[in-house]
Amino acid sequence: MATDTSVAERRTLRTAFSTKDMDGLRRRRALLGYVFLSPSIVGISIFTAIPIVVALLLSLFEWNLITDPEFVGLANYERLVSDARTLTTFLNTAIFVALAVGLQLGIALMLALGLQRAMPGWLRVGLRAAYVFPLLTSAASISIVLTYTFNESFGIANYYLGLVGIDPVPWLNSSPYALFAVVLTFVWHQLGFTFLIILGGVASMPRDVLDAADVDGAAGWRRLVHITIPLVSPSLLVAAVMSFINAMQVFDQPYVMTRGGPGDSTRTVVMGIYDAAFRNLELGYGAAISVVLFVLILLVTALQFRLSTRWVFYQ
Amino acid sequence: MAVDALTSRPASSDVTPDAGLPDSPPPRERRRGPRQLLSHYGSLALLLFAAAVMLAPLLWAVSTSLRVPAESFTLPPQWLPTDFVWENYLAVFEVSQFARYLTNNIIVTVAIVLGQMATASLAGYAFAKLEFPGRKLLFGLVLATIMVPIQVTIVPVFILITQIGWADTLLSLIVPAWPTAFGTFLMRQYFKTVPDELAEAASIDGAGQWQIFYRVYLPLAKPGLAVVAILAFNYHWNEFFRPLVFLSSPENFTLPLGLVNLQGYMGTGSISIVLAGIVISLIPVLVIFIIAQRFVIEGLMRGGLKG
Repeated sequence: MATDTSVAERRTLRTAFSTKDMDGLRRRRALLGYVFLSPSIVGISIFTAIPIVVALLLSLFEWNLITDPEFVGLANYERLVSDARTLTTFLNTAIFVALAVGLQLGIALMLALGLQRAMPGWLRVGLRAAYVFPLLTSAASISIVLTYTFNESFGIANYYLGLVGIDPVPWLNSSPYALFAVVLTFVWHQLGFTFLIILGGVASMPRDVLDAADVDGAAGWRRLVHITIPLVSPSLLVAAVMSFINAMQVFDQPYVMTRGGPGDSTRTVVMGIYDAAFRNLELGYGAAISVVLFVLILLVTALQFRLSTRWVFYQ
Repeated sequence: MAVDALTSRPASSDVTPDAGLPDSPPPRERRRGPRQLLSHYGSLALLLFAAAVMLAPLLWAVSTSLRVPAESFTLPPQWLPTDFVWENYLAVFEVSQFARYLTNNIIVTVAIVLGQMATASLAGYAFAKLEFPGRKLLFGLVLATIMVPIQVTIVPVFILITQIGWADTLLSLIVPAWPTAFGTFLMRQYFKTVPDELAEAASIDGAGQWQIFYRVYLPLAKPGLAVVAILAFNYHWNEFFRPLVFLSSPENFTLPLGLVNLQGYMGTGSISIVLAGIVISLIPVLVIFIIAQRFVIEGLMRGGLKG
């Protein structure tokens, strides 16, 4: 802002504009600002900002789009905490998120560090492309492919497990395995994103610290825990926060692969929202679940940042 | 300072006792020993294995899409195409309204990409280069909505769309996706890097405000525009949740929705045909990844998973 005025002053001197002209120009540019912003601001208001408020209000009503909405106070929330099916979706999502985020961070860190080893440039580019490409495919379509992969009798997964002597796993038809198959599918799809964020941190690790660690002979596990992880911790935090937010919203994979089954064992919170709001047309109840999901995402994200002061190390 | 603390810690406590042992070679020598070579090649093998796992389902999809439907599930799995049954690629158009899915997907994606490029560059420019009261407040509003999950707004947006008669239309997917908080933020960052003096010089040359934006600044922010366009393309080409909620007639379905629907009624009967459809839907994504990998990677590294 300060530079703007000084530029304006300089120009006033140079071109001998009158103050009146300058005011006019400034007004025109201010007006232009509002005109340029209007599509985005109006759009964000209508399709994001106002809907948040509406979702909050709607969660206090019972409405099926046909009859008049009826104010029910906190009844939807009371129903939520006593509805075993909905609580199951939260439990499933919690397990899902813990497994998915953990696996993503661990594997992505390993791959990003591995990629720092000496290797031909084309190999590095090729490996990076292989890790990232699944992310660019459609989660829904690719879940169809992985549904076949996890087929109990004809799937590739069981074929290769059979080669190492493991009996066929009923991946999608049995309750603990189904959630795990969905987790694996999700991790396979999302890994590239976590990988790229961590790779950014790994690539910018200061050379001198690593060299010093080499000279001191820090190697293996100790080097990883005491040197490497602290150095990449800022990007680990970003990766943890982002992959948490994404995992909380999981829908495509369980919807396509299991429709939430067997039983409700892979039914996630967003599937609960979808069923409540769009299949049963209980819009108020659906909105209430979505509000709780949003609050949980905000709380855990805040908590992650809070706790990060204990393990994230900024240089 | 913190770095010093970090480097001195292993030197003083962890390593010194170890270095006193007679048979422990100096670190530099140790790095070239057979164990280190083994760990080096072991790591490379692990990296290659991971790449193989990541690509395996895609490779299997391609090779199975080229097999006689009755042999879709051959074991042991054939990783390379054996039969080249291109008929599957025609069959997918016959057994479903695949041409419609494809056309709808192209219409929706192109309309969203163009719309986002327009709204994001205009708003990004306003936030970066124009002075007006309330700028900070409005930018705060935009930032605050970046991380709002689609599931939180979907119920009210669904109601809005139903009320204005857009239910089951492609418009319901296109228009709400035009404003993009992330794209606006990204474009603002790009415009910020362009010096203000350019506007001054251009206006002395008699350029109007629109020309200053369109002819001077926008060309300089092209890489940002490319990132916005590619992320929007990728997200909406693959989008499933909103189409599932908003669309009900098969002739309006987009690709992922149509494919999931097709899989639903084909069951495990002739999966080669479903896979042919999936492979077709992957081609544009693959082409863009190959020709614009730099922008794709940059966009993703900036955290732009959502379009």
